[in-house]
Amino acid sequence: MTPSGVDRGGDGARFAELRAAAVALLAAMAAGSLLIILAGASPLEVWRTLVARTFGDAYGAGQVVFRATPLVLTGLAVAVPLRAGLFNIGAEGQMIAAAMCCAVVGAALPAATPALLALPVAMAAAAVAGGAVGAATGALRAYRGAHEVIVAILLNAIIAGVALWLGNQWLFVGEATRTASVVEGARFAELGITGSSASSSVVVALVAAAAVGWLQTRSTIGFRWRMIGGGPDAALAAGISVARDRVSAMAAAGALAGLAGAHFVLGHKHAFEEGLGRGVGFLGVAVALLAQGRAAAIVVSAVLFAALSQGGLGVAELVPKELVDVLQAVVVLVAAATLGRTTSVGGGAR
Amino acid sequence: MMDAVAAVVAFVAALATVTFVEMVVRITVPYLLAALGGAITERAGLVDLALEAKLLFGAFTAAAIAHDTGSIALAIAGAAVAGAAVGAVQALWAIRLGADQIVTGVALNLAAYGLTRYLLQVMYGQGSNSPRIDGIGAKVWSSPLTWLALVLTAVAIVMIARTRLGLRVRAVGERPDATAAAGVSVAGTRLAAVLVGSAIAGVGGAQLSLVVNGFVAEMSSGRGYVALAAVIMGGWRPAWVALVCLGFGAAEAVQVRMQSAGTGLPPELVRLLPYLLALVLLATLRGRGRAPAALGRGA
Repeated sequence: MTPSGVDRGGDGARFAELRAAAVALLAAMAAGSLLIILAGASPLEVWRTLVARTFGDAYGAGQVVFRATPLVLTGLAVAVPLRAGLFNIGAEGQMIAAAMCCAVVGAALPAATPALLALPVAMAAAAVAGGAVGAATGALRAYRGAHEVIVAILLNAIIAGVALWLGNQWLFVGEATRTASVVEGARFAELGITGSSASSSVVVALVAAAAVGWLQTRSTIGFRWRMIGGGPDAALAAGISVARDRVSAMAAAGALAGLAGAHFVLGHKHAFEEGLGRGVGFLGVAVALLAQGRAAAIVVSAVLFAALSQGGLGVAELVPKELVDVLQAVVVLVAAATLGRTTSVGGGAR
Repeated sequence: MMDAVAAVVAFVAALATVTFVEMVVRITVPYLLAALGGAITERAGLVDLALEAKLLFGAFTAAAIAHDTGSIALAIAGAAVAGAAVGAVQALWAIRLGADQIVTGVALNLAAYGLTRYLLQVMYGQGSNSPRIDGIGAKVWSSPLTWLALVLTAVAIVMIARTRLGLRVRAVGERPDATAAAGVSVAGTRLAAVLVGSAIAGVGGAQLSLVVNGFVAEMSSGRGYVALAAVIMGGWRPAWVALVCLGFGAAEAVQVRMQSAGTGLPPELVRLLPYLLALVLLATLRGRGRAPAALGRGA
């Protein structure tokens, strides 16, 4: 069994992965067409509308960029621990904790704080909060043997509840479930693509992808993560502190998911809102899996899933918009099946 | 101080009622059936992260059938079939295609959330819930599901520990190579275990929709994951798993009661009680049980 997206290199493996992605897309379109017919609509019209409403005009394309930005980050948040044989399904909770922390810090800054200072501080707050949640999940796995998937799912629910409590108790202003706005300086500039919500936080996502790509292929910590993913026993025998590096992989993942939270707070809502970014953490799993955990491919994969999400709104008058949720799930299912024996999350059991 | 003690005593005393016991039973059934199903699947060596999908499809199918036929028995049978259908995909993916089991489970759950909402729209033109059905309602002792759950618990315990099939299931989960050498079909045994386990989990879904007389989108709300936590905490042994589920059921019932009693504790936090309990137990109950050796290894 070849574990966890370890680079098997070679054009053959790369071709197999491209083929898997293509097959997954075609299968999703086939399944989607059936569902569309079931709903009494014309598949051709739905697919045409979906493309037209995403890449067909500047607004649609801008919205795809806006939606892809956090997906790149949560995709990376899944990809980094995947290399180390850990499955991070907790990006959702990491993102919420980070968004709340980011909003509080961003609003507490003096109103005149320049962007050069305010943005990094608010982003750091998000990364630290998300990283702490990730590290806690990793530590429960590494030192207490608790299954990281279950722990993360429980933490997702707990964090959502605690955030709501903190908000209701102290942080929400007025009648809305929304915190105070962050200062002017702590806001990502809008890109100004004809009314779309795309903001300069897309730069953060791209830099993060480049950094993760470098970490994975060129750094010693990346090498250690890969070794652990390849086989924890061998890594331990080679003198690698498996427990510590598993925690570090999860902390890095949490920080990346935290930046996705910052995208919503600093680039869109300019505050923490109840339900902010819901589902983006889970979708990151799909993004990372389709991309086989590779940083550059994650950017492409994120754009694809973002286009599906945005397209769902575009076709809502023809078919229920939940169609795209099913399509996204089918893409992951078929990709997992096509890649089959060539890849695995590795140590899936524990 | 005395007031606080008196309040706690009064609260605990108020719990010891028939209605509270009924509430615990009602809440426990979906956890119990999902977790027992999960235990059977995992003992055969497959990671069962798709419990959420089985509960949700089970709940939806039960509601749809009860709506069309008015038959509770058919609704429950339909839920079992829906659960088994999810299990069939899971088994095909894991055993034949060698797909990653965690990924498959997560994707099936995502599909369940999307597809049930989509079907609600297509079938009933409503986005978040089905039309009202004549389900079981708040009945507990005259509910067929209560007794079915009890019987299935006994069946699961006996099947795993005492039957030929159970022995084979345990064997393929521990040492598939040795089991194959002994002439037992690993793929066939795993398929049987997954289908049985998934059908049981699907019946758990029926309890969700039939007691509230309708399907509500995402009504499984994470129970499938908590059930898998119960499987792990119960050490993959059905009797222990059942006890853990009873614990979760009681915790959730206390939580509901605390909210309605207005204890002054914030409701947002009280609602988290089962999750916190699960997390603390997971972190502390180390080494309670051992995972099946071949869990997640694929075919």
